[in-house]
Amino acid sequence: MNLSESLLTALDSLRSNKLRAALTMLGVIIGVAAVIALLSIGNGVTASINDEINAIGTNLIVITTNADNSDGYPTLTLADVVALSDPSRVPAVADVAASVGAGFAVTAGGNSTRTSVEGVTDNYFRVNNLEEVAGGGLLTENDVDTRARVAVIGDGVAEDLFPDSYPVGQSIKINGASYEVVGVLAPSGSAFSDTDSSVFVPISTAQARLVTNRTRQGEKPVSAILAQAANADVNEAALEQIAEVLREEHGIAYAAEDDFQLLSQADLLDTAGQITGTLTAFLGAIAGISLLVGGIGIMNIMLVSVTERTREIGIRKAVGALRRDILTQFLLESVVLSLIGGIAGIILGWIIATIAGRAIDLAAPLDVGTVVLATGFATAVGLVFGIYPAWRAAGLRPIEALRYE
Amino acid sequence: MITMRNITKSYHMGENVVHALRGLDLEVREGEFLAIMGPSGSGKSTLMNILGCLDTPDSGTYLLGGEDVSQLTDDDQARIRGRRVGFVFQQFNLLPRTPALKQVALPLMYAGLTREERMRRARAALERVGLGDRTDHRPDELSGGQQQRVAIARALVNEPNIILADEPTGALDTHTGEEILALFEELNEQGITVIVITHDPDVAARAGRVVWIRDGLVDHSRDGATALVARVGNPPLTTEEGGIPSRATTKGGAS
Ligand SMILES: Nc1ncnc2c1ncn2[C@@H]1O[C@H](COP(=O)(O)OP(=O)(O)O)[C@@H](O)[C@H]1O
Ligand SMILES: [Mg+2]
Repeated sequence: MNLSESLLTALDSLRSNKLRAALTMLGVIIGVAAVIALLSIGNGVTASINDEINAIGTNLIVITTNADNSDGYPTLTLADVVALSDPSRVPAVADVAASVGAGFAVTAGGNSTRTSVEGVTDNYFRVNNLEEVAGGGLLTENDVDTRARVAVIGDGVAEDLFPDSYPVGQSIKINGASYEVVGVLAPSGSAFSDTDSSVFVPISTAQARLVTNRTRQGEKPVSAILAQAANADVNEAALEQIAEVLREEHGIAYAAEDDFQLLSQADLLDTAGQITGTLTAFLGAIAGISLLVGGIGIMNIMLVSVTERTREIGIRKAVGALRRDILTQFLLESVVLSLIGGIAGIILGWIIATIAGRAIDLAAPLDVGTVVLATGFATAVGLVFGIYPAWRAAGLRPIEALRYE
Repeated sequence: MITMRNITKSYHMGENVVHALRGLDLEVREGEFLAIMGPSGSGKSTLMNILGCLDTPDSGTYLLGGEDVSQLTDDDQARIRGRRVGFVFQQFNLLPRTPALKQVALPLMYAGLTREERMRRARAALERVGLGDRTDHRPDELSGGQQQRVAIARALVNEPNIILADEPTGALDTHTGEEILALFEELNEQGITVIVITHDPDVAARAGRVVWIRDGLVDHSRDGATALVARVGNPPLTTEEGGIPSRATTKGGAS
């Protein structure tokens, strides 16, 4: 007997007991739905975290003071920015921006809000993916050179200070001095940076008027330097070159620790990847267990079915069915059950993932890999858990099977 | 066609051993209509199962059409059952919820015939037993006699050399039993060897030969006519063994 005959026979017998077939499938449906839903949500979380990280820029390396090794003094200055901007010393770095910030009360007319005021270099916006404006323009090189009292404000600040009017061209007061608003940033919505409620002024202006702390040598500090590696492949080289230049600039002895620290976006992505990988594996394991339970359900019902159908098996053998005919029929029954259950489970899982994704505001994409995995897994479950019942059925002796009441 | 020599078969049930066949010899010629009689528990069904390759003897030789089939593997036995022997049971043994045509085609499926060929031959077999108009009926939609006809059609469909029937009329009323029997006679006239286990002396009377089994051995054997004479003329030989019920005597006397 060939495989398609066996398949028809298996389908026939599943059709003749639809309720039992449906109940048997339920375990697999739930298991596969769990796999699909949990893995899709896991993928969605991973993708959204990666998006957040990528939104802050490309191939960024953030340089900050190493608080453990600076006796409470900031250690970075504009001189470091100049050193790092020299392509002959740091060839792997394409661009360098810097910022220095502090919290201030900012007022405009009768409105006031407490925000972080960031003194930034003019390329800061480009390096940080903040070039999109809701109105006006960004800070220019000339603004920095002339210590202009101009400001670019975040979308949230604009709403707080100018609820009823267009902010560009108006003036705001920071620390007793007034600044002209030259631009409003587009809303970012990012969870990583707080640009919506920030005010940006030229770094030179900030150093002259707003910064009160000093380095150990009495220089005006910057709080962070942002270096952009030329591309992803030179990230490691950029880290090494930056460290070398800064140690040299800061005169750090061979054996001494860095007084700065480097955090690269690639490291951030790696760390996030590890976390989300663990999350996905954990969700996958939960789903796998429910699929296993579904498989045991199939085995259970198939064993009951073999016992119930002992007489049928006896009849089939009495009229010439071979061991493998019976084996194939029962194996196909459980594979068909789990495969149909698997397909139903994929649909159900996708619905659950979509609803859950909407509830937690996350795209939960159903990727082909997950579908293939779940289908393969369901089929394997049917095969593995169908083997023992099928083997039992195939091994029945015809006279004993016929005698069975 | 069939030669059995010194066939033994015992059943072990814990400590107890039941010797169902104790060295039985049997010879069946091609085209015979053989009735097997004997008291309950004498080993008739055991013999029939071995004849039909549903079971293997513990010892002895069984030649079917010249081939030794006494110690075959399960699958080789299955092939013989599917192609050379047709089996009819007292309890019909039809598949539940399955239409007659499919029931009858079942052996052909396992024999590997194409779907069209199976349906054609199954239909022909059903017509042969007078059920050409019942192909789509399922067992629960058929009478006992019709169910047994379906079973006979299924036994016939592979065009076997032998049909074995273990008390085929046991679950049927007298009239229906008669019809089934007539069917076996008809098949025998068409050349098929028929072996029937029965308690009914009328059946025995219509058989070409009757073999009495007792305690796992052939007690004696006579041809059908002699059996009839014995039944009419002499007191039954085996009444106390259940071989010939008393009803037979009165009925026989009236004829
Ligand atoms: N599967 C079995 N297990 C144990 N004993 C059996 C089995 N089949 C038959 N027997 C015993 O073997 C003897 C012969 O049985 P059987 O061939 O069915 O007799 P008959 O068909 O003539 O009534 C009986 O004593 C019966 O109890
Ligand atoms: Mg019996």
